[in-house]
This record gives sequence, C-alpha cells and structure tokens, in this order.
Amino acid sequence: MPLYHNDDQAMLKDSVAPFVAEQAPVSHLRKLRDSADATGFSRDLWAQFTEMGLPGMLVPEAHGGLGMGHMEAGIVLEEIGRNLTPSPFLSTSVGAVAALAKAGGTQAERWLPAIASGEAIVALAIDEGAKHRPERIATSATRSGNGFRLDGKKSFVLHGHVADMSIVAAKTDGGITLFAVPRDAKGVTADPRRLVDSSLASHVTFDGVEVDADAVIGEVDAGGEILDALLAATRTGAAAEMVGVGQGAMDRTVTYLKERKQFGKLIGEFQGLQHRAAHLYGEMEVARATVMKAQELLDRGSEGAKLMVSVAKAKAGRAANLAVREGVQMHGGIGMTDEYDIGLYMKRDRALAEYMGDVHYHIDQVARMNGY
Amino acid sequence: MSDLDAFRAEVRGWLEANCPAEMREPIREEGDVCWGGRNWVFQNDAQKAWLEACVAKGYTVPDWPKPYGGAGLTPEQTKVFKQEMKRINARSPLDSFGIWMLGPALLQFGTEEQKIQYLNPIARGEIRWCQGYSEPGSGSDLVSLQTFGEDKGDHWVVNGSKIWTSYADKADWIFCLVRTDKANKYQGITFMLFDMASKGVTTKPILLISGNSPFCETFFDDVEVPKTQFIGEINRGWDVAKYLLGHEREMISGGGAGGDMVSIGGAFAKSFGKNAAGELDDPILRAEMAAFDVDVFAYRAMGERFMDMWKTGRAHPASSNMMKYVGTELNKRRHELVMSGGGSEALEWDSEETKGGARARGWLRTKANSIEGGTSEVMLNVIAKRILDLPGA
Repeated sequence: MPLYHNDDQAMLKDSVAPFVAEQAPVSHLRKLRDSADATGFSRDLWAQFTEMGLPGMLVPEAHGGLGMGHMEAGIVLEEIGRNLTPSPFLSTSVGAVAALAKAGGTQAERWLPAIASGEAIVALAIDEGAKHRPERIATSATRSGNGFRLDGKKSFVLHGHVADMSIVAAKTDGGITLFAVPRDAKGVTADPRRLVDSSLASHVTFDGVEVDADAVIGEVDAGGEILDALLAATRTGAAAEMVGVGQGAMDRTVTYLKERKQFGKLIGEFQGLQHRAAHLYGEMEVARATVMKAQELLDRGSEGAKLMVSVAKAKAGRAANLAVREGVQMHGGIGMTDEYDIGLYMKRDRALAEYMGDVHYHIDQVARMNGY
Repeated sequence: MSDLDAFRAEVRGWLEANCPAEMREPIREEGDVCWGGRNWVFQNDAQKAWLEACVAKGYTVPDWPKPYGGAGLTPEQTKVFKQEMKRINARSPLDSFGIWMLGPALLQFGTEEQKIQYLNPIARGEIRWCQGYSEPGSGSDLVSLQTFGEDKGDHWVVNGSKIWTSYADKADWIFCLVRTDKANKYQGITFMLFDMASKGVTTKPILLISGNSPFCETFFDDVEVPKTQFIGEINRGWDVAKYLLGHEREMISGGGAGGDMVSIGGAFAKSFGKNAAGELDDPILRAEMAAFDVDVFAYRAMGERFMDMWKTGRAHPASSNMMKYVGTELNKRRHELVMSGGGSEALEWDSEETKGGARARGWLRTKANSIEGGTSEVMLNVIAKRILDLPGA
C-alpha cells in the first residue's frame, strides 16, 4: 500500500476534519475544563461520534462495526489531536477493540457490538506505577471458585472512573491474562485524578475482586499476545494523536510568525526563527510518515509492525514535543498565558507522550528489537 | 494474481537468472560501483555481464521510456523492481550523473532528437557525464556564476572555471551552466552540453580532508561549443538547473541522503561487548545509537512516503529540500556514531585492517553531505519560503 491516503481515506478525512473542528474545537476542551466536568469528555459529542459510526470503526463488521483499519482510525485521532478534543476514542475504539477482536470469544461478542453502538466506554488498566512497564505486571489473578480473584493497583487509567468495563492485565500462574472487569464489580475502586491536560485518569484498586471464568479475554495465561495487540494499537493511535497535536501547534505557530511584528518586521522574516520552523516542519513530516508506516504494517498484519510501532511512538513523541516547545517559545510572552491555546497543546502533548510508553521506553525497545 | 504480482514474479525470476553472485555482495570499494563511460575498466567479468544483462532489458534506467534505453516501467512497477533488487542485495548495474541528473533534465526539456541522441548512450553506460555548476565565487549563490560563453554565430566560445565537479577527470561529457547574457542574472544562463575532450578543457583533482579526490576544478580556455548543444532555451538554463537541483535532491532523498539505512546499534552489537542483560556494554552510547536508530527507521518510512507521493504528483515540489536536509544531517550523525563505536581503531588512516582507514575517510566525506547540492541552511531557507510561506525569506 502506498503511504498516502487513498480516495476513501481522503473522503473520511474530509468529513471527520470539519466535524471535529466545528463540534469540538479547543474551546470545547476549555468549556469542559472550566466547568470542572467530572466525566472527562462530553457524552453528547460521543453520541455525535456514534452517529458517524466512529466508535465502531475498527470493530469487525460481523460485530456491528465498520471493519476499518488503523490508517482510518489514525485519521480520526489526528483530528482529535489537532483540536485537543477530550474523547474516549483511543482507549475504547482503538485499544479495547484491538484486544477484543484479537481474542474473540464471549467478551468480544459481549463488548464489541456495545462499543460500535456507542453504548460502552472501555478503559485500559495496564500501568501500575508512574512509568509504563507492561513487562512487570504485578496485579494478580488467582483461581477462586469458578473464576478468579483480582488483587492489585493500576494507574494512569484514562476514563477508569466512568468506563463501563476495564480491560485489566494481570499475572496468572503461567503468564499474563486479560480480564474484562465491569464497572460495578465488587472491590473495584477508581480514584480519578485531574491531569495537567485537564483529562481524568484514575488510580484503580482491585481488592479481592471476584470475576467469573468467562471474564477472561481470550485464554488464561495467553494474554501476552492480546496485550501486545492492545499496546500496538494504542501506541500507534497515541502517536497519530500526537501528530495531530504537533501539527496543530505548528500551524498556529507558523500563522503567528506571519502576524506578529517586532523591530518593525514580521517575526517570520527573521532567519533565526525561519530555520527553526523549517526544521520543525521536517521533523513533523517524518513523524507523520512513520506513523503511517506503523499503521500500514499493523493493517497488513506484518511482523515488522512491532518495531515500527515503537519507532512511531518515539518519533512522534520527539516531533510533537519539539512542536509544542517551539510553539510556546515562538509565541513569546503570550505563549505563557492561559488565554492562548498554544499552552494547552503543550499540556496535551505531555500526557500523550507518557501514555503507553514514553520516548525513552520506546527507544530502549528499538535497541532490544535490534539485538542490543 | 494481480498484474503487479505477475510482474514481481517475472522480475524475481529474471534477477535470479541474471544477477551474478558477485553482484549481490555489499559495495566495499570504489571500483565496486560501475560508472561506465569510454574509459571504464570493468572490475571483473561479473560486473560487465550484469551491466550488459540490464542494458538489454532497459533495467539500468527502468522507468525511462523504451525508445531512450529504459524498460518503460510504471511507478508501481519501478517500486517493485527496486524492492526485488533490494531483496537479493543486488548492486546497481550502473551509477551515473547521466542517469540521475542529465537524463531527467533531458526527459523534461530535451527535444525528441536530443533524447534519442543522449539518453541511449547514458542507459548503455557508454558516456559518463559530469556536472558543471558551482564556481569558485558561486557556491550557495549559484546564480552569480561567471563562466561566459561568447556568441560567435554558430558556436559559443566558453571561458571560465567550475569547482566541485564530481569525477570531472573521469567524465566523457559535461552538462554545464554558462552565462550567455551578462545583463540578465536569472535569464542569462544557458544549459550547455559538451565533450570533455574538447580543446581547452582541463581538470585538476581537489584533495579533500578525507584524503580522497572525488571532486575537480575544471577550467575552460576558449572552448568551442556548437550552438546546437544546449537544453531548453538559450538564456533559460536556470529553469533547467532549478529543475535538476530539485531532482538531485529527490535522488539524494530517495536513495542516498540517509546513507546506509540499517540499525547502527545492531551492527555494533557484534563487535562490542554485551552486559548480562544482553545490552551493548556502554549505556550512553547504546542510548545514542538507539535514538539514532529511531530516526533512521523513521526516515526510511519518510523516504517511502516521499517517493510514493513524488511519483504520483502528490508531493510538495519543494519537499525534496526537506528530504535532503533531514537525510544528510542523519548520515553525518551516523558517521559520528561509527567513529565513537570504532574507538581508536577507527582512527587508523591506512592500515589494512581498516581497509585503508575506510571509517575515518567515510566519516570525513559525510561532512560534505550537508554542503553539496545545496547546504542545509539553503534547504531550510527554501522550506521556510516555499513550503511554510514565511515572509521575506
């Protein structure tokens, strides 16, 4: 597949981009933030997403979805990023769907149609500390009666306090097992924290939570592969969203360079700023291509996808970070004000950079995958 | 099976049958690259056989039309062809400035007669071309060039000098920017073609910091050039030159800008010690190499996207400047890491073990990457002006 959007994908972008820009621009985020919204996103907006079929984009058609790929999901995520739209799309419609579709079985039948119809919000309970270390999951699932008993603590669970179900990665006797834990399960406590980007992420405690055997997503002890699918999809999605954040920040900054005058000149005339803006352009283009390559490999089910996903998360992380830092600096004093949007881009980038492994984590992964 | 799959199978079969084993080995020394030309001495029979096989199929220039010596492949077929070449690590049968630069200019601006006359010998590796652009006083500010062609009716008399002429001492013909109107800066340059064996042409190799001399100074002393030997229009050679510079950047972008596009840490892991965790036993160097690898794999994806878009007319016309900038800076970084990884061994200048100081010389050579074909600073100027549309740039 060529690394540009085909006609169908271009059409999708042409409908999604104006929709998100009109319905959920940065002012939408501000409104939620300033009203101390306790949900973390707008359910009205999610209903509009549902009318467009977006929550079920990646859900196989047999389960009521559109059966699209990561390249298409990336188009939506880029617009979410560009507009800083608070949305459960990444965790629910990308990460959870990837895991459930990979696993199949009871939980897939239960949740995939509910996601496609916009009824279910799903959270991903993976991390257990301040840093993403999925290799060291300590939350335990021990056999108990007909099912399992879950004990442990999860952190950075986006939408964890409102999700209808959380996918919980836990250690079992012979490996990793993923569980679908409904919100009302006894012993689950979600403690939502407001993050720097105004999103809500929970510390979730599982204290002797009893679940049935059929809460297992896929097979017992064989959750590693399903977790890998979840992580690959979510990381690639986060990278696509970061491309949107970086692009949004860069576009605003380049516009500003053409408006702001100092020393009797537009500041965009100064070569010192021109070269930095041109360098940033190159980094953003490379990041975009890298994310598309990861999407393409995932959609083809290629073995090379894992490496490229880490490359994409790291590269998009670096590029978007440069975009928001240069954005604030080039805006000068007003870049430090709450009134201007550029600072909000910096905040969202910081949160996405950390989500599902930061730049350093993925650089290390790239070294490991190349044998050093 | 789609047409493209059938084509892939055909190419794969042809390559298996025709690409000699020696031509699937990595390039180790200068003679491994076949440049062709009147004076070319084949390194071995395999190099000759490989060139001849490709010439017969039009595979030295697969995407050129058949009447000009190509195979007439579509962009999709060309991509498949390159993938199949890469799959068996096949060497390029023929490298030349005729293929990379003059050819595309002729295809765009040449008359039908010129295309037939000049493209076929390029495709067959019979004529080796060099490029006369830069002058001692005209580097980044190329349009200030002074080499002058005086109009003598049916011919010009050319006087002046060029610098950084790659392999001018080995080339058969030159394509050259010559001022033909002193009153008009941009519309006073003609894109001329002439034989390096012409009376009055001399070359002098320039010794570089790498100890090698891939570039020459080239002097023109009353060189007579027939007034049929130019491309485009008289005094409009700058249009051709600009097109070619774009193409040069595309060429550098698509292939060479990023250098060897493989994991650097993976290559060093064999020679370096590893710790108990199986990691390169130098944590800071490992981290730098891994960060570099991320950029290499990312740039590889960028190269694929750029070519996909360029070939189908989707790319911004100035995006090759970005490719050149990012790729050459990346290659310089690679060679800094190669030197760090190699330690004191990599400092050896002429020992047999280091293949004559290959790492040190290669490292020094890469410093020109971000100067030749437009400096990084000029690339950034172009991006700022033409892509970002910044004011007054």
